[in-house]
Amino acid sequence: MIQEAPGFAPPTVAPRTRKTPWQRLWRDPLARAGLIVLAILYISSGLADPIAPYSMYFNDPDVANAPPTPVHWQDDNGHQTWPYVHPVERHFDPMTFRQTYFEKTDQSLPIRLFIKGEDYRILGIIPGDIHLFGVEAPARLFLLGSDINGRDNLSRLFFGAQKSLTIGFLGLFIAFPIGIVYGGISGFVGGLVDNMMMRVAEAVMSIPSFYLLIGLAAILPAGMTSSERFALITVILSLIGWAGLARVIRGMVLSIREEEFVLAARAAGLPEFVNIVKHVIPQTASFLIVAATLQVPSFILSESGLSFIGLGIQQPDASWGNMLKAALDNVNDLLNQPWLIAPGVLIFITILCFNTVGDVLRDVLDPKTQGTG
Amino acid sequence: MSIPVYILKRVLQAIPLLIIISIMSFIMLKLAPIDPLAYLRANPAISAQAIKAEEERLGLNKPPVVQYFIWLSNLVRGDLGVSTTGGSVFLLLMQRAGNTLLLSILTIFFTWMIALPAGVWAAVNRGQWVDKFFGIFTTIGMSMPTFLMALLLLMAALATRLLPIGGLTSPDFFERDFLGQALDLAQHLVIPVTVLTFIGLAGIQRQVRGNLLDVLRAEYVRTARAKGLPEDKVIYRHALRNAINPLITLFGFEFAALLSGAALTETVLAYPGLGRLTLEAVLTKDMNLVMAALMLGAVMLIMGNLLADILLKLVDPRITLE
Repeated sequence: MIQEAPGFAPPTVAPRTRKTPWQRLWRDPLARAGLIVLAILYISSGLADPIAPYSMYFNDPDVANAPPTPVHWQDDNGHQTWPYVHPVERHFDPMTFRQTYFEKTDQSLPIRLFIKGEDYRILGIIPGDIHLFGVEAPARLFLLGSDINGRDNLSRLFFGAQKSLTIGFLGLFIAFPIGIVYGGISGFVGGLVDNMMMRVAEAVMSIPSFYLLIGLAAILPAGMTSSERFALITVILSLIGWAGLARVIRGMVLSIREEEFVLAARAAGLPEFVNIVKHVIPQTASFLIVAATLQVPSFILSESGLSFIGLGIQQPDASWGNMLKAALDNVNDLLNQPWLIAPGVLIFITILCFNTVGDVLRDVLDPKTQGTG
Repeated sequence: MSIPVYILKRVLQAIPLLIIISIMSFIMLKLAPIDPLAYLRANPAISAQAIKAEEERLGLNKPPVVQYFIWLSNLVRGDLGVSTTGGSVFLLLMQRAGNTLLLSILTIFFTWMIALPAGVWAAVNRGQWVDKFFGIFTTIGMSMPTFLMALLLLMAALATRLLPIGGLTSPDFFERDFLGQALDLAQHLVIPVTVLTFIGLAGIQRQVRGNLLDVLRAEYVRTARAKGLPEDKVIYRHALRNAINPLITLFGFEFAALLSGAALTETVLAYPGLGRLTLEAVLTKDMNLVMAALMLGAVMLIMGNLLADILLKLVDPRITLE
């Protein structure tokens, strides 16, 4: 503390209160917006069953590849009314091989809130059958159209989010422990072992990651259940992510273990291993938090890229990547069905939010700016 | 250490690395449950004898360890083997590598031509609307999946009918004269180059801006200003030159990253490049082709890093090679 000389005026700046990193993150408008959007995305994916009008597997083959169901707000006399939809009927033109859908206007079905629908179990536990909104059969409420099997795209977006959004975090839980332990051991042991371990990490990093990804994904046998496949894809993603992290952790361990407070602990007789675990590894925490925030979007991107080319999550399960594949399959007619790129837009928004939060978090946790603001 | 000795040392160091990579790739591919001859077996017109002969030719009937050493000894002799579909892997790779190289070089050119001035512009006008605009622009670029960007540009091309949809050449390519061919290629390259440039731009523009901002705080910059140098001289002569070092390392990485990052773009845009070739090869478990592509990718990454290190040495006399 600097003692103020008597007679000097007290500083006129407002007293700066020390804020926790969390408070400073929340104060940033962009980061706050990102956090809110992410919270909405995660909550709605967790509550996909009650929010989505249909289940992931619900299909109506008579309404396949349909455009979004038109929602009407006005009755026949042009007065405002509660929104309703008409059932649709498919017409096939044998000359052009095009199918078109016509509304059967003799029947109008209102959109109902909290409507009774298919049975479900939220997250596999809480049973229920009430959906936030929907219409009664025979009408279908496909707000983003239906896919080739007549399944509701909007509902599948909710269920796809369950896969696409969790895979990033699950990958983290595998890649980060491996990276920390591997890098920690390498930096701790040193010498020949360190050299060998780093060569292996470099070899993993030297294979272009996307090639490694598709190579590993090709190993997965075809006859797996969807949850097995999901788990293995998570493992594959984390196999890509650990090597770079291990290298950074090793470097940090090497430099931090020479810091004075570590030397002091060593001089006081603390065994080296305990010293590393207790004093060195915790010093890497702020780096790890930022790295984790920025690693999640790259995992999400990898999963969707993999599913997009058909090596990731397989039909009939939904993931944003394999839903976007429909856009690739209909690429020449994309202009007439722009709703097909909705999963891609959601991937973009998610990654955007993670990157924004990560960027601000890096500034907030930067030791150079700590304690100010 | 002189530069040639340094290069030799790095090349020697790379050999064990490449062997590790080849073993890892080989194990990976051998674990894959795809039958490389499935399409032959599915065809009733092909006799069992012919399939046996094919297995013999590709060495598929030997144990994996033997297969690896056959592959390795062929590689040493400069033979990359044959693809399951016939043709020589070497020729296939060269054909496609040229296309990918064309795409990569154009992308790198445009990326740096835009990122450097944009980064400088943003750094000089820090906090003003230019900086904020590029801030938003690069945030979008960093978060945009390549395949989404490619799809969006395809939609734009469909809507305006100005650009061809996918591929590298039009069907009548070989009937055109030289100028027509060049124009055709250029038209087909607009979308893939735009996608990859937009994505690559983001990271580099931010690096340029960040480095330049750091350097602009340095004392020699203040000195240069104090002695009355015009501002653009201060920035381009003194500041930018010192801000460029970390970018050279980035440059080396970018070259290899493009190879890998272009795979999805190539798939969406039906561009006949290395990435799409590798993807198709993995899906059909075309062993020799995948191994060669993986090794080529690794070699390019190692070469990119080496190139960056040497460039750094040439640019910055403070750096010593060790």
